[in-house]
Amino acid sequence: MKEKTIDKQAALILNKASEEGIETAWDRYERQLPQCGYGQLGLCCTLCALGPCRIDPFGEGPSRGVCGADRNTMVARNLLQMLASGAAAHSDHGREVLEVALSTAMEKAQGYKITDSEKLRRIAQEYGIQTNDKEDKEILKELSLAMMEEFGTIKGNIQFVKRAPAKRQEIWHNLDVIPRGIDREIVEAMHRVHMGVDNHYISILLHGIRTAIADGWGGSMIATEMSDILFGTPSLKESEVGLSTLREDQVNIVLHGHNPVLSEQIVVAAQDKELLDMAKEKGAKGINIVGMCCTGNEILMRQGIPIAGNMLNQELAIITGAVEAVVVDYQCIFPAILEVAKCFHTKIITTSEKAKFAGAIHCEFHPEKALETAKEIIKIAIENYPNRKRERVIIPDSSSKLMAGFSVETILSALGGSLSPIVDAIKQGKIKGAVGIVGCNNPKIKHDYGHVVLAKELIKKDVLVVVTGCSAIACAKAGLLMPDALSLAGDGLKEVLGSLGVPPVLHMGSCVDCSRILVLLSSIAKEIGVDISDLPVAGAAPEWYSQKAVSIGTYFVASGVFTVLGIAPRIFGSKKVTELLGDKLQEVIKAKFAIEPDPVKAAELIMDHINKKRSSLGI
Amino acid sequence: MKKVQINYERCIGCKHCEIACIIEHSSSKELFSCIEEQPYPKRFINVEVSDMQTYPVNCRHCDFPLCMNICPVSAIRKEKDGTVLIEPSFCIGCGMCAMACPFGVIKYTVLEAPAKTKRTVAVKCDGCRDRVKMGRLPACVEACKTGALSYESIEEYESKKRKEVVSFLGKEPQEAAPIEIVMWRDYLSRLYNLNKEE
Repeated sequence: MKEKTIDKQAALILNKASEEGIETAWDRYERQLPQCGYGQLGLCCTLCALGPCRIDPFGEGPSRGVCGADRNTMVARNLLQMLASGAAAHSDHGREVLEVALSTAMEKAQGYKITDSEKLRRIAQEYGIQTNDKEDKEILKELSLAMMEEFGTIKGNIQFVKRAPAKRQEIWHNLDVIPRGIDREIVEAMHRVHMGVDNHYISILLHGIRTAIADGWGGSMIATEMSDILFGTPSLKESEVGLSTLREDQVNIVLHGHNPVLSEQIVVAAQDKELLDMAKEKGAKGINIVGMCCTGNEILMRQGIPIAGNMLNQELAIITGAVEAVVVDYQCIFPAILEVAKCFHTKIITTSEKAKFAGAIHCEFHPEKALETAKEIIKIAIENYPNRKRERVIIPDSSSKLMAGFSVETILSALGGSLSPIVDAIKQGKIKGAVGIVGCNNPKIKHDYGHVVLAKELIKKDVLVVVTGCSAIACAKAGLLMPDALSLAGDGLKEVLGSLGVPPVLHMGSCVDCSRILVLLSSIAKEIGVDISDLPVAGAAPEWYSQKAVSIGTYFVASGVFTVLGIAPRIFGSKKVTELLGDKLQEVIKAKFAIEPDPVKAAELIMDHINKKRSSLGI
Repeated sequence: MKKVQINYERCIGCKHCEIACIIEHSSSKELFSCIEEQPYPKRFINVEVSDMQTYPVNCRHCDFPLCMNICPVSAIRKEKDGTVLIEPSFCIGCGMCAMACPFGVIKYTVLEAPAKTKRTVAVKCDGCRDRVKMGRLPACVEACKTGALSYESIEEYESKKRKEVVSFLGKEPQEAAPIEIVMWRDYLSRLYNLNKEE
């Protein structure tokens, strides 16, 4: 299993899967090979019923689709459609948090409250909402409505773009890519990819940039900020990671997906005395809630709940045989978990009206009865506990410890309230720069290898690494989220971070929390008085797979961050699109993409970039 | 004789040839209904993958067909046009031809035999003789848009190759394929080699 994953616990369970004949994503990937070359090159168009059309990359067969779209149009349209789906996913998640916020303000939600009142007031002021002499609930109502309006706003631009450095805003303004509304850009993207609308690859891709900004500085940022207001801004937490967080003698419930709105209530309900007694009656010592993927990151960052793994761990958690229920909301949930669960006693519980799985138990989330639903879900899991077949259970031992909770606010307070210590360390060269490693898992690359090797390479060279999403979980499993890992860091990084007692790799949250990285970069740039693109920073998505990652990568680049992708997007079919994204974009937006599957080489590309930026800054 | 020749450099693994072959060898000869047919119609060309490079594999209609020579009941014959065919009514389903074939392109299907009995018999590429007689290309060749499959004699194929080779003389090796393909294959091989590393 060494060729499939570097997560030793995952390898153990993969062996079990193979002995028991249970299929996983790696097997399904093998069965998909060869994956269609037209699709990989972006030269297959299934957008309309004139097709499906394909273009011969060798130039002898068809060179245009039935409508006449050439390879540039086809590749660009496919990419924009993918990006729009990703931006929609993040933003729709944001909208759902706002709906919960509004019903909390109207006192219609069950079990929710305002946890960070200071942040509520700070952000309300950003929106120009008068906060003096007002009750928190009144402010929350006004803020939720103001944020909801961002989705279909007619005021001409979304609010949070104003958080970017002035120079960045000017670039966006000149390119006319400031989002006019979150939904509007996504809808317009879907309009543009319709046959016979936008046919110019540059124009299509520019709209991709606008749509991605609407995600990063819009939908995602709203999701992060409002979740902080409702559930608390993350602060320093210690916890555990790995499949070993499952417990032999407790009811194991895995919370998987992306949205914290219901999972926060499940965490609360798991402490309910009645439910704990019920678990004891069934022979369990307790109720063990663990996270998976970004729902896991959300409750880890705010509540310190242990996290069982990232995207490619989801089937493996069930294959341990020790999971009573997997509770899912949406995004990145393999349809396959239903099939895997059939091999065990595990119940799959779906909770979102928009993410249903045939054969699952559906307990639909509504804010008005969230706590009740949470309790109902836990009951199903408890009742399932006696069905666990002990002889089939393997739980890996020795979990890794981790430190999480590095919101921008946590970082600031660790630095004593100001960014200047970090800026000074960068200027002195003790810290060479900073890199955000983000994104998913993908069986095309050895599980966690891309994330972990890249992070290790960078910290060794005195680069501060911040992580979110599945990348954060990969680094956690490798022990990089503990201050001990400073032993792997360069001397400068060791000195600066050692004195603060923080690890070399900082966990900033879920994938919507990539917006925290934007806020951090923007604050650092403003502190120095430059644009984000002038900073010695970069982004990387070594193992990405999802449409959301296309949007994240694009808003990183749009914000001025050089970004290295480990997996190639489906663009190689058009030389012009490939050149634009990998080179010409630099002139337009002062950042570009690179594609490099090998994390060691990716680190070299990033170091070159950081050194170049350092010398331009004269440091 | 003309047969389906393969230019491996051109294969990008789309499997259109496989689907076209299935449709051609179904009873309905139509995509949407052939997927309902039982037994499921067979494909006689398979796109295999090795080191992320894809290769179509089909019957070579050998000049000295091992499958034919080993068949104990003489169910396999070579037609005048060179096509190697299996006569299903003779076939006893022994599997000798499959074992002898160097390419692994003999398949098996269940035939309805008289008196409602069922027999398993060997089946293979028939060179799309029905289509060729009507002046059409074999289904797999027609479906291939990248030029990985062609219908020609080995002499024609070789002559084309000689001309191609001389046209590359003095040029950089990467000019042998369009830059898009070079970049894509380079990325694939880097990804593949990376995963092979310990």
